[in-house]
Amino acid sequence: MSAPSVAVEPREHYLNVDYGIRSWLLTTDHKRIAILYMISITVMFFIGGIFATLIRLELMTPAGDLVSSDTYNKLFTMHGIVMVFFFLIPSVPAVIGNFVLPMMVGARDMAFPKINLLSWYMYVIGAGITLYCITVGGVDTGWTFYTPFSTTYSNTYVFGSIVGILFAGFSSIFTGLNFIATIHNLRAPGLTWRRMQLFLWSNYATAVIMILGTPVVAISLILVAVERVWHIGIFNPALGGDPVLFQHLFWFYSHPAVYIMVLPAMGVVSELVTTFSRKRVFGYEFVAAASIAIAVFGFLVWGHHMFVAGISLYSALLFSVMSYLVAIPSAVKVFNWTATLYKGAISYRTPMLYAFGFIGLFTMGGLTGLFVAALGVDIHVTDTYFVVAHFHYIMVGGTVMAYLGAIHYWWPKMFGRMYPEGWAKISAATIFIGFNVTFFPQFLLGYLGMPRRYHAYAPEFQVLNVMSTAGASILAVGYLLPLIYLIWSLRYGEIAPANPWGSTGLEWQTTSPPPTHNFEETPVVTEEAYAYDKHPEMEFVA
Amino acid sequence: MAEHIIPKKTYIATWATLMAMTLITTLVAFVDLGRFNTVVALAIATFKATLVVLFFMGAKYTPRLMRVAITSGLFFLALLLVFSMIDYLSRLWPA
Amino acid sequence: MSHSTEAAAVHSALQAPYRDLEHQRETATLGMFVFLLTELMMFGGLFCGYLVYRTLYFPSFLEASKHMDLTIGAVNTAVLICSSLTMVLGVQAAQQGRRKAIVMWLIITMLLGCTFLALKGVEYYHHWAVHEVPGINFDFSSAVPLVEVGKVQLFFALYFIMTGLHALHMLIGLGLVTWITISAYKGRYSSAYHNPVENVGLYWHFVDIVWIYLFPLLYLISRMHT
Repeated sequence: MSAPSVAVEPREHYLNVDYGIRSWLLTTDHKRIAILYMISITVMFFIGGIFATLIRLELMTPAGDLVSSDTYNKLFTMHGIVMVFFFLIPSVPAVIGNFVLPMMVGARDMAFPKINLLSWYMYVIGAGITLYCITVGGVDTGWTFYTPFSTTYSNTYVFGSIVGILFAGFSSIFTGLNFIATIHNLRAPGLTWRRMQLFLWSNYATAVIMILGTPVVAISLILVAVERVWHIGIFNPALGGDPVLFQHLFWFYSHPAVYIMVLPAMGVVSELVTTFSRKRVFGYEFVAAASIAIAVFGFLVWGHHMFVAGISLYSALLFSVMSYLVAIPSAVKVFNWTATLYKGAISYRTPMLYAFGFIGLFTMGGLTGLFVAALGVDIHVTDTYFVVAHFHYIMVGGTVMAYLGAIHYWWPKMFGRMYPEGWAKISAATIFIGFNVTFFPQFLLGYLGMPRRYHAYAPEFQVLNVMSTAGASILAVGYLLPLIYLIWSLRYGEIAPANPWGSTGLEWQTTSPPPTHNFEETPVVTEEAYAYDKHPEMEFVA
Repeated sequence: MAEHIIPKKTYIATWATLMAMTLITTLVAFVDLGRFNTVVALAIATFKATLVVLFFMGAKYTPRLMRVAITSGLFFLALLLVFSMIDYLSRLWPA
Repeated sequence: MSHSTEAAAVHSALQAPYRDLEHQRETATLGMFVFLLTELMMFGGLFCGYLVYRTLYFPSFLEASKHMDLTIGAVNTAVLICSSLTMVLGVQAAQQGRRKAIVMWLIITMLLGCTFLALKGVEYYHHWAVHEVPGINFDFSSAVPLVEVGKVQLFFALYFIMTGLHALHMLIGLGLVTWITISAYKGRYSSAYHNPVENVGLYWHFVDIVWIYLFPLLYLISRMHT
């Protein structure tokens, strides 16, 4: 195959095949649905970011002087709900996964294209309902909706928020359904499981979690809603109910949910690391197996969110041991990525910078997870900023970075344009610096005893809090820059060749942007993934 | 065609067994077996459910994948029930 | 139906990403099984709550269960099992392309489903009449000591939520069966293409299985009259 000397935009592709709002709102093309998701979750990300900004502004001074304590409760609740349910959970799967997955298996579309569109509408309806509740008064129970506050004592829009989240849950379930069916049944000839790209393994594992976990949180929230409306005391101790039962049902999903957030991100990192070091992934089978192991083990550990809630000591010990076990497959992945980099021809393009960021920050977040998995340590740091820092290292330092890396990596495939590399590197650096300045001090604050979800704190914590807020302002700049230059690049960016990164990935063996049906002819796969050693002719052309 | 058509006789036999087990489980509830009442009732229910899954839903003749899916679902449900009960049952154990 | 119209119907049923109808059928069936897994987990959460409270408060649950109408419960179980049979006979008729038979069996299935819901309605009304509906008019103080009232109320709460969610799924099931009955009447199904009938059947059987467990757990805790 000869590469064209000048990149030419293909005559007809999925973006220009049809115009008008109806062609977008009634599309069943997985690529267009991915773009619809991208726009929606970006909006929700910045809304969640506004709440984060207000939180950090309040925490610049020890006194609770910017907002009342009730308002502050609403701020962290809504930050959590928006970021968890409406940004992190759909981010990589619904945007990147929807776009790239059918192409990676060599299919024309997902198994159930109409259900794919339905999943987006479920998301939008859920987001709309939640935003409505936020606008008319908000909700203050914490994104975790602990009872009996959420069922009996809160005076805010609990019921409405729950309905919004239930719609988002359906969206998640439909996405997972599509992923499983597509990967099982629509693989191109020759594409065996062991030849699949690792992004597919990760998203398959994610889909399994979405299917098995989401319904349980749905029923737990439905019970809260029912108790709130009819006061029937399922979780009310005065009537024999147990608030901890809610927590069991809630965390049975919400712990695996964090693996929904991180597994696809890990899948992205696997893709980035091999492409930008021109090497096969070290220990492919181990990385694939680790994805499945994370999904399975992730369901065994939920009680570690409840160590001080009143569960039995023996139960706590069991969950603590399980939590140590679940770290092992994650560590296997980190070791294998590192081994992949060793003696690779590494190039420091922006997606690779984000992958590096992920590997380092996810490792820190994961290791601190082991701290909190130890019962003795958790007694002291639970409900402090230590835990807040731990999960932000993984969700922001990990998932958001991988999401941005994925956006940059696949941007040429999605839109046929390159992003401006200089600005992208500046943003990546800004985000990295801003992130660490924001969240590292929070480890120290938590260790020193500052509790989470409080808008006032002891004066000796102020210096670290100011540092954290300063970091947040840098981080905000870092997030706004891509919004600007990526939109700019749609019109003025350099036209991208079909495969700018010289990647062996199946999605790169078609034009950028692809035609609606993805491939002119169904591809036939004849070798394993990442066979860079067999294809020295493949190289960067961007 | 990969589809397996189950003979009508099988369906009728399954139905008859299900009806009989329903009658049996109802009658057994009137016999005092102590703790075993629950065990017997759930065992009968599980037997009935298995018949429905295997024959009415055709799982006996579907590809292995469906059976793996069903089994894994049951496994994770069991996990939810068992780990939750471990908490409740051990709450009063001496520390 | 003539060969060419059947071929045309078959051709229009085939959707984009699939090689042929068999491929599409397998995938759609896989999709339905995976969806039923989500339903299993959702009801499973309720069964978890039931398991916890029954273990903690067995005597109260035993007492409360005696107020269940065993006759209606048992009859309803039989009704659902019969409806599963008629459903599966309808699916078999679809596999053989016998249009009139499909419609007949599906209508009978719907009638049985409606019978179930009607009997359920009678039961709910009765519970309401004797003040056994939590949150609305629950009053059990005459039957047990006051301190145990909350625990008995938990049983009834779980009863209404679990059977209520089940009844909602029956309603959805009736809607789905109506849809495929109309499609069958219009001749949309043949031995080559009848996957929607099979998948609605799977859903229907699943809802039956949920009831197969609800019946002993709610109605049969113990019927030994001392």
